[in-house]
Amino acid sequence: MPQIEQIAATYASQIFWLLLIFGLVFFVVGKGMVPKVMGTVDMRDKRIADDLTAAETARREADEQEEAWRKRENDNRARAQALIAEAKADAAGQTERAVAEAQSRIDEKLAAAEARIDASRRNAATEIENVATEATQDIVKRIAALNVSQAEAHNAVKEVMVRG
Amino acid sequence: MATEAKVDPMHQFTIEPLFGSDGWEVAGYNLAFTNSALWMALTAVVLWGFVALGMKGQLVPGRWQMAVESFTGFVDDMLEANIGKAGRKYVPYVFSLFMFILFANVLGLLPLGVVGLHPFTFTSHFTVTGILAIMSFSIVLIVGFAKHGIGFLSLFVPHGTPALMIPFIFLVELVSFMVRPFSLALRLFVAMMAGHLLLEVLSGFVISSSNAGVGTGVLVGIPTFLLMIGICALELLVAAVQAYVFALLTALYINDAENLH
Repeated sequence: MPQIEQIAATYASQIFWLLLIFGLVFFVVGKGMVPKVMGTVDMRDKRIADDLTAAETARREADEQEEAWRKRENDNRARAQALIAEAKADAAGQTERAVAEAQSRIDEKLAAAEARIDASRRNAATEIENVATEATQDIVKRIAALNVSQAEAHNAVKEVMVRG
Repeated sequence: MATEAKVDPMHQFTIEPLFGSDGWEVAGYNLAFTNSALWMALTAVVLWGFVALGMKGQLVPGRWQMAVESFTGFVDDMLEANIGKAGRKYVPYVFSLFMFILFANVLGLLPLGVVGLHPFTFTSHFTVTGILAIMSFSIVLIVGFAKHGIGFLSLFVPHGTPALMIPFIFLVELVSFMVRPFSLALRLFVAMMAGHLLLEVLSGFVISSSNAGVGTGVLVGIPTFLLMIGICALELLVAAVQAYVFALLTALYINDAENLH
C-alpha cells in the first residue's frame, strides 16, 4: 500500500502542497469568487422580491383607480338617467300642451263651421220659402187668375211646410 | 511470472516525484513536486476555471453561471439548514472544501489513461484527507472555544445527564468527539481507494482473461467489463457523495461549535 510505504518519504511534500494549493483555492475561489457569485444571487433575489412588491403595489393602485372610476361612472350614469327622465317629463308636458292647444283650435273651428252650416241651412230654408211663395203666387195667378198677396202666399207656404 | 501481463492494482496510488526531488529540501523536509501535487494543482485550476465561468454576474444567468450558482446555493442551503444564519460565514471554507474534494474525486476518475495521462486521486491518500479533516476539526475547536470559552466542554455533557453519570458520559462523549477527524479522514480515503482498487482489479481481470484466450475473454472478460461500466457509474456517485458527506459532517461539527446543543 503506497500510502503507508511511502508515507515517510512523501508526507512533508503532501502536506506542503495540499496546504499551499488548498490555501490558494480557499483564498482565491472561496474568499474571492464565491462571495461575488452569491452576491449576484442575492442581488437577483432582492431584485425579484422588489419587482414583486412593485407589481403588488401597482396592482393595488390599479384596483383603487378602477374602484374610483366605477364610482364616478355610476354617478355619471345616475346623473344621465336623471337628465333623461327630466327631458322626458318636459317633452311629455310640452306635447300635452301642444295637443290641448290644437284640440281647442279644432273645437273652435268645428263650432264656427257648425254655426256657418246652420246659417246656410236657415238661409236656404228662407230662400226655399221665398221661392215657394213666389211659385205659389205664380201658380195661383195662372190657374185661378187670382191675385194673391205675398203675405197670404207666404202664410200658406209656411203652413204647408210646417205640416211637412 | 515476468512474461505475464501483471497488473498491480496498488501501483496507481504510488507517489512519483516529478521534479524538485533533490534540491527542494526545507528544514530537512523534502517538498518535491509530485504527481499528487500536480493533480492538486490541476484540481485547483479546473475549480478556479469552473467558478470563473459563474462570475459574469448576469441578472439572467447563462448555463455555466447557473451551474456555479447552484453549487454555491447548495452549500449555502446546507450550512443554513445545519447551522442557521451564522452558517453563512463558513460558506467560503465549506464551498472550497466540498468543491476541491468533488473535483479531485471526479478528475481522478477521468479515463485519461486512454490518452496516456495517468490520473492520480490524491483523496485516496490519508495524508491528504487527514490534513483536510484536521483543518475542519481545528475550525470546530477554534470556533467552539472562541465562542463559548471553557463552556464549550459542556458539549460533552448532554442535557439531563444524571450527576452521577457525568464523568463517565463526559469521557464517552470526549472520545466520540476526538474520533471525528479520524472518521472524517478515513471515510473519504477508504471510499476513494476502494473504488479505484476495485476498478483496477476488474480491469486486471479483463486484461488477463483476454490474454489467456478468446474463450476466457468472452466468458470472463466481457461480463467483467460490463460490471466495470456499472461500477464506474457507481464511483462517480461515490465521488459526489463522499465530497458531500465530508462537507456535511464539517457543517454538523461546526454547528456543534456554533450552537452547542
